Amino acid sequence: MSDPIRPEEIAPAASQPEASAAPAHRRDLLRAIAAAALAGSLSEEAAAQVHQHVAAAKPSQAVPYKLKFLNAHEFETIAVLSEIIIPGAGAAGAAPFIDLLSSNNPEFAARFTGGILWLDHECDQRFQTSFLAASAAQRAEVLDLIAYRKNRTPALGPGIEFFDLARRIASDAYFTSREGVKAIGFMGNAALPEFKVPQEVLDYVNKHSPV
Amino acid sequence: MYHHGMPQVIRTPEVHDVVVIGSGAGGGTVTHVLANLGVKVTLIEAGPLLNPARDYKEHKMPYDYDHRAAGPAGESYEGKYPFGFFLAPNGYWDIDGEPYTTAPGNKFRWFRSRILGGRTNHYGRITLRFADYDFQPRSFDGLGDNWPVTYDEIAPYYDKAERFIGVCGSREGIRSAPDGQFMTPPPPRAHEVVVQRASRSLGIPCIPSRMSIITKNHNGRPACHWCGECGRGCITASNYSSSQVQIMPALKTGNVRIIANAMAREVITGPSGKVTAVSYVDKATRTERQIRCRAVVLAASACESARLLLNSRSPRHPNGLSNASGVVGRYLTDTVGYGLSGRIPYFAGMPRYNADGYGGGHLYMPWWELEKKNKEFPRGYHIEIGGGYGMPTVGSTHGSCRRHEGYGEELKKKIIADYGVTVGFSGRGEMIPNQDTYCEIDPNVADRWGIPVLRFHFQWSDHERKMVKHMHQTFTALIERMGGTVSGLRNPEREGDGISVGGSIIHELGTVRMGNDRNTSALNKYCQSHEVNNLFVADAAPFVSNPDKNPTLTINAMAWRTSEYLAEEMRKGNV
Repeated sequence: MSDPIRPEEIAPAASQPEASAAPAHRRDLLRAIAAAALAGSLSEEAAAQVHQHVAAAKPSQAVPYKLKFLNAHEFETIAVLSEIIIPGAGAAGAAPFIDLLSSNNPEFAARFTGGILWLDHECDQRFQTSFLAASAAQRAEVLDLIAYRKNRTPALGPGIEFFDLARRIASDAYFTSREGVKAIGFMGNAALPEFKVPQEVLDYVNKHSPV
Repeated sequence: MYHHGMPQVIRTPEVHDVVVIGSGAGGGTVTHVLANLGVKVTLIEAGPLLNPARDYKEHKMPYDYDHRAAGPAGESYEGKYPFGFFLAPNGYWDIDGEPYTTAPGNKFRWFRSRILGGRTNHYGRITLRFADYDFQPRSFDGLGDNWPVTYDEIAPYYDKAERFIGVCGSREGIRSAPDGQFMTPPPPRAHEVVVQRASRSLGIPCIPSRMSIITKNHNGRPACHWCGECGRGCITASNYSSSQVQIMPALKTGNVRIIANAMAREVITGPSGKVTAVSYVDKATRTERQIRCRAVVLAASACESARLLLNSRSPRHPNGLSNASGVVGRYLTDTVGYGLSGRIPYFAGMPRYNADGYGGGHLYMPWWELEKKNKEFPRGYHIEIGGGYGMPTVGSTHGSCRRHEGYGEELKKKIIADYGVTVGFSGRGEMIPNQDTYCEIDPNVADRWGIPVLRFHFQWSDHERKMVKHMHQTFTALIERMGGTVSGLRNPEREGDGISVGGSIIHELGTVRMGNDRNTSALNKYCQSHEVNNLFVADAAPFVSNPDKNPTLTINAMAWRTSEYLAEEMRKGNV
């Protein structure tokens, strides 16, 4: 599992070094936090302590992420939710991306902040906890409802709408990142002396095409 | 210093030779041809100058921007970048302060680019000759009107334009797709190989596209380097834009002066009835200026040129200039558009490769039922092909998200598997002018420059709606022949039955039409006004019909011919 970004740890996506450039122990630490957070087994206090630890271990030139519009709870909820939707979207900067757009677009922001309030309210109704503090099973219970249009009821409608938006934006954040571009297999944007389709691709087409 | 009694309209005594209004395909061609014939040109452009090195976003990736090319405020999500953040500047359906209106019950979209080069900075580079029968549609099937020129008269100018601009394609000997002066085209992409086989098995020719993209070095411009993003503008000028290929080189002749950020307001005639001056609003100072000239060439785009003439009213020309016939604004058409996407399941297992090529399909299908009798609709269409492994951008995976729903590793895998499995077919067909489709001056609305705006009326007829049904059947057959299934409609700006919204294919033309009869046309066969002999039009406004071939090359060719005629008439002292 990749690292969800947390506001106090990571610089904005564009200036963020590649994951492989970060010291291995820090990566491991972040991974552990992410895993613990996703499993719901990390108390807020423990998380805060680890965060301080990570901050101290950070290379001095790294600039802490400064929230632009979202509050820390919203930012972290988006980071965690995006990571659940598209594994890797957290590390790919979904939360800073949404924070940036939200800071410039009140209507866009409202759809996210309203969605988070809906999600937290739903979790509170069901489990007396926030989405962030809910267990993995509890989160799945809610998400498995709002991740599908077929579950639409008046009560779940706003959640389904929000999840549809969060899914598209998380996917955008991931598949426009370096990692996502690589994962999907885009190999272009080069300067070539000649355009040519590789023989293995033509062989594949010849083998599978019915015409 | 401001004096209370100073006139607000600034007039200068200098007499310019030829004032050209607009710098797109028409204005760029006129500027190039006239400047090289030694005629002094003053080019008026409603937008700013262009610096390709600064303004084009070539070779950028979404992750080069914190906003991932969604726009700083997520403009992509709000539909404010209809062709994406990366599009070469600039182009808009709506420009702040420069509105247009539509009559009740009518839909029309008008795409405008206010910048040096206009829409040629980003257009699709499709470069098709009109066919012989396209110039004589009335003789062909009794509908519409014939042009006052024939293919044979225009062919030498197609040659000149193609040789200068540089066009890749192949010689095929197909009547609906006349051959030109071509450079070697690139091979088809993998999905296009399958499309070509499916197409041929249905009896539809599928041939290399004709594109104004150079595949070898040409006139100091390096050959295409296959980055696939022509729409962003090409810093190496390996495709045609009037800004880089015609206007910037023409500046070196010393015969060209550009007045940028100048919104043409009206063409002014003197006591003799001839054009004496052009009035424009200098956008920076919001002042009106008038410059005198020997001749004027309107190339502001079909609808802007019509607007200029309709706004150029005088006691001698009460209906607007060159409009005694009342045809200015009439005979408006756009290309008929319809698009269908299909999923080809076995494409999911295809080895990934760099499928960029040039921007746009490497193959296309020209119209193939020319000789067929008892067709359900007159005229025809060509088919453009989409597909391959484009650069992932915001929105690229939204279709997959909606189709699969859910979340997690499973969703991620499905999105990755969907990449490149879709092909798209876009039909581009001929609309026949009709009485219900035209533009006029809105009597109640002026833009921020005080210039009355256009009001559009647009209605498709049964001819076009029947053609769209034929497109649907053809595209379905192609997708199924490839082994796929239809997945959805493709064109974003569409009406209920999938036909494009008028204007949205951005081939609007015909509004100042040419003809031999001055009672039914505004311009003669050289695109010279019947009424005012030092007034010319060199965009797509003079076109008598809107064949199923993209109009840009014919704008280039007609403008080239008009420019040579104008220079000769000036030399003879007739203009």
